[in-house]
Amino acid sequence: MEAAAGGGCGSGPPLLLSEGEQQCYSELFARCAAAGAAGGGPGSGPPEAARAVPSAATAAAGPVADLFRASQLPAETLHQITELCGAKRVGYFGPTQFYIALKLIAAAQSGLPVRIESIKCELPLPRFLMSKTDAEIRFGNPTELHGTKVQIPYLITEKNTFKRMDDEDKQQETQSPTMSPLASPPSSPPHYQRVPLSHAYGKLRSNTEQMHPAPYEARQPLVQPEGPSSGAPGTKPPRHQASLIRSFSVEREPQDNNSNYPDEPWRITEEQREYYVNQFRSLQPDPSSFISGSVAKNFFTKSKLSIPELSYIWELSDADCDGALTLPEFCAAFHLIVARKNGYPLPEGLPPTLQTEYLQAAFPKPKRECALFDSYSESMPANQQPRDLNRMEKLSVKDMADFPVPTQDVTSDDKQGLKSTADEALAKDVSEDPATSKDSNSLKARPRSRSYSSTSIEEAMKRGEDPPTPPPRPQKTHSRASSLDLNKVFQPNVPATKSGLLPPPPALPPRPCPSQISHLRVNSKRSAQRRPPTQLPNYGDFRLQKQSEQAPEAEIHPQLNRAPSQAAESSPAKKDIPYSQPPSKPIRRKFRPENPATENQDTSTAVGGPASAATVKPHAAVQKQSSKQKKAIQTAIRKNKEANAVLARLNSELQQQLKEVHQERIALENQLEQLRPVTVL
Amino acid sequence: MRVRSCDSLVLVVRVLRGRVLVVCAHGADPRHLSCRHPFLQNYPLYIRSAPTENELKFHYMVHTSLDVVDEKISAMGKALVDQRELYLGLLYPTEDYKVYGYVTNSKVKFVMVVDSSNTALRDNEIRSMFRKLHNSYTDVMCNPFYNPGDRIQSRAFDSMVTSMMIQVC
Repeated sequence: MEAAAGGGCGSGPPLLLSEGEQQCYSELFARCAAAGAAGGGPGSGPPEAARAVPSAATAAAGPVADLFRASQLPAETLHQITELCGAKRVGYFGPTQFYIALKLIAAAQSGLPVRIESIKCELPLPRFLMSKTDAEIRFGNPTELHGTKVQIPYLITEKNTFKRMDDEDKQQETQSPTMSPLASPPSSPPHYQRVPLSHAYGKLRSNTEQMHPAPYEARQPLVQPEGPSSGAPGTKPPRHQASLIRSFSVEREPQDNNSNYPDEPWRITEEQREYYVNQFRSLQPDPSSFISGSVAKNFFTKSKLSIPELSYIWELSDADCDGALTLPEFCAAFHLIVARKNGYPLPEGLPPTLQTEYLQAAFPKPKRECALFDSYSESMPANQQPRDLNRMEKLSVKDMADFPVPTQDVTSDDKQGLKSTADEALAKDVSEDPATSKDSNSLKARPRSRSYSSTSIEEAMKRGEDPPTPPPRPQKTHSRASSLDLNKVFQPNVPATKSGLLPPPPALPPRPCPSQISHLRVNSKRSAQRRPPTQLPNYGDFRLQKQSEQAPEAEIHPQLNRAPSQAAESSPAKKDIPYSQPPSKPIRRKFRPENPATENQDTSTAVGGPASAATVKPHAAVQKQSSKQKKAIQTAIRKNKEANAVLARLNSELQQQLKEVHQERIALENQLEQLRPVTVL
Repeated sequence: MRVRSCDSLVLVVRVLRGRVLVVCAHGADPRHLSCRHPFLQNYPLYIRSAPTENELKFHYMVHTSLDVVDEKISAMGKALVDQRELYLGLLYPTEDYKVYGYVTNSKVKFVMVVDSSNTALRDNEIRSMFRKLHNSYTDVMCNPFYNPGDRIQSRAFDSMVTSMMIQVC
């Protein structure tokens, strides 16, 4: 049923208007025309349509300007639109220009650039924000309006789409026009642009008078609690429309669709409520207690609102004026801050939905839920994420951007997710009151919201999730040297610098010197290791083996070679590994002279009692080496002690310095305190 | 943290031909500040006047009345400080105006200038007005965003004063 583009208006491109658009535009035009034009009116009939510049056919500049302002587009956009539609060129707002302008307004409100091309596509109807009083005033004589409307098509000078449109309009007029556009928007998807049309449309239908000259002020009454507005001579349809326009915004909150409160922006949603409660907890663990004034002040100051505004918000929310915020008061204050950050003006009085009693009634069991919150308070923002991501309007969240540490925005996916939760919370705010927020304002305000919510959520997260510093990573010491104790390997190399690496070996029973004979070393070291029982058998076995093979020197070498290698593999000998090969020779030499001595003993002992003799023999041989090892150990000990002493001294000196600095600081603070009463005043 | 007990609030209410002037001024405890910043004493925290002409005259009047207030306070002596009545009563009458004073325990001074022609105002009414002012002032002080010594910008306070002035005239 779209009106086909006609031959083209002389002053504008062919215009495709849908049925709804036609109705809307014609009504708007009629209103503007009727409002402005004194003489024209319904009286001028079709013949006058032929006039090139029918004065009656022009929408008066005043009402048109008001209407455009009511669209809440920025002034430059409106200028652009005015230029584009041709009104400037022809000097007046004819129907053509008017319709084009309306379509451009719709385009601009949809976010499309203001160009002629934009209006060629299907667009939602433009939104205009009217005051309630307008609706009441205008709700009157539809017939008059119809009359005007009838006139309109004939006023169009050029053949264009409007003719057909008007015919359709006439047909529609007979129906119940009030209801048709109103019916659709409230159920429309979360695209709140549609809904205000219903409001505006209904008002247009009801009006024949001049448009309210102060569309901006209309925002205020809409934001106000229903109390003052109910004082108006309440004709029900305007109220219905008003409630519709308010309820549309709450599409996302089903509980508010049928609410009687017109102050949707002041209604706290579930997610918001949870978020506020979490924030409350982060400040004050007990949800039934208060947040002191100074704590709340520090917290709210992070919102980067001005102090007077914060002061006023406090004034509104602290109902009992006790300088502390209970949970409902805190939620109210937080909500007001959030709303303010989103660009809503602060109300004159605390809205009923934010009052303590209401909040306590609406969310009756914060205390009981607190246990739950405790458990997943930190994950709450995370929980919100999946829901929010679906419906996130990123723009709306940007309002929160100013909350502390914008740098936090930069980082991780976590924060993106968090932002989305905040987006969600704030998107509701924005969507709740599109009627009161200018598009441009909300668009501008939105970029700020992201970091606010994200950072505040992050704060909550961080407060709860202070990751404990990991325990100090143990250094490369082998706490349990099974077979190879690197400490013993490295210890002689770095005795002083790595005093912390002091291996337990010094505490061990005498350890054979690494320069000892290989197998003896092996054996003794093994015995000296922490697992002497496990070593001893090896020791004994090994020793036995070695001893049994000691006789042939030739075998010694391979044994020694083997021993050192084995020692290298298994023993914790300090110098075994690096010196596995070279020491073998001297060891061999050492070993040889000892061999006969040990051999005899060994053989004898081997025959006798391998275990006991083994322990005795290696002791005898070991003692010489153990003394060397002891010396090494002792030097290491000494060096470590020196290092310890040095560090201890350093520590004490630093402590002393710290104390001095502390005292200085205290002194300075005292001075500051003394000076303060004078300076601050 | 030291409490700044040196502040004082001076409120002047001038009732003249059906209109009211209300002035609040801030004063300082001379014990704390006299030697250093005498100008910081007794500066106004809040000034309100219903008819806006000749406001300066009333500001001057208020300022001079502060001396009377101080005198009355000091006249009580230290022993009676705790029992000192907050309401000071008529500070001094001029031919046109009456000046009433009220001091809180934190040395916040309220001064009210009332037109003499307004004979309907009784002493009790003045007292109640001061009491309301005091209550509103404490509410203002409870606001953590309000720093003692700042000018009072609380809307609740404003509305209270407005209602009071309207009521009087």
